[in-house]
Amino acid sequence: MKMPRSQSKPAAGAGGATPKRVQVRYFAQLREQAGCAEEQVRTAAATPAGLYEELRGRHRFTLPAGRLQVAVNDDFAQWDTPLADGVSVVFIPPFAGG
Amino acid sequence: MFRLSSVPLDPGALQRELVEPRAGGCVSFEGRVRSRNEGREVRGLEYEAYGELAEKEGARILAEAREKFAIRSARCVHRVGRLQIGEIAVWAGVTAEHRAAAFDACRYIIDELKKRVPIWKKEHYASGATEWIQPPAAGQNHPGPGRKA
Repeated sequence: MKMPRSQSKPAAGAGGATPKRVQVRYFAQLREQAGCAEEQVRTAAATPAGLYEELRGRHRFTLPAGRLQVAVNDDFAQWDTPLADGVSVVFIPPFAGG
Repeated sequence: MFRLSSVPLDPGALQRELVEPRAGGCVSFEGRVRSRNEGREVRGLEYEAYGELAEKEGARILAEAREKFAIRSARCVHRVGRLQIGEIAVWAGVTAEHRAAAFDACRYIIDELKKRVPIWKKEHYASGATEWIQPPAAGQNHPGPGRKA
């Protein structure tokens, strides 16, 4: 499937890697603050940590990364995992099931 | 088996699924929506889950319970969507040949679920305000052991 090219330039300084496309999904307060449940993001961030800082600036997320967990391709991941092209990323705000 | 449900839970039906001749003990837990939290009057709740990961992590917790305790079977179901006061938000059920393992495993499942399964809860208050509930900060063993002083 061919994706439309993003008009915006990838963020500079976030690792300097080749730009890649990742699918980001949002839940709970991050979904509300982002104003959408998911988006495709073109980024130069090298890790989920870099990507979160980039998106935090764009969407004015109030939660610092230290309060979140991250999932890559639907499983828990480390913040410093190298971010590959085409992965899905979910930033997981503090949860309270049960 | 761990699953999410967008329709009300039927604890009788869930428990009957666990019945088998060698199960001498069955322990189940129902977590229900209560009308007060942290001194505020609650009108209802909304649960939102990261389905793919919630089901994976829930299945891992049940597998751990089967490894750690001498149980026959274990199940857990968590609601998503809007819930009213008194509705069952989560149900966990365990069978074992003897009661101690059933009690311990049921407690393990519900405690681990709260810590590890990505399900968010938004409280709707009588005042009209809403809030995403955050777990208590580490070290604050809230709500603590349920014994009275």
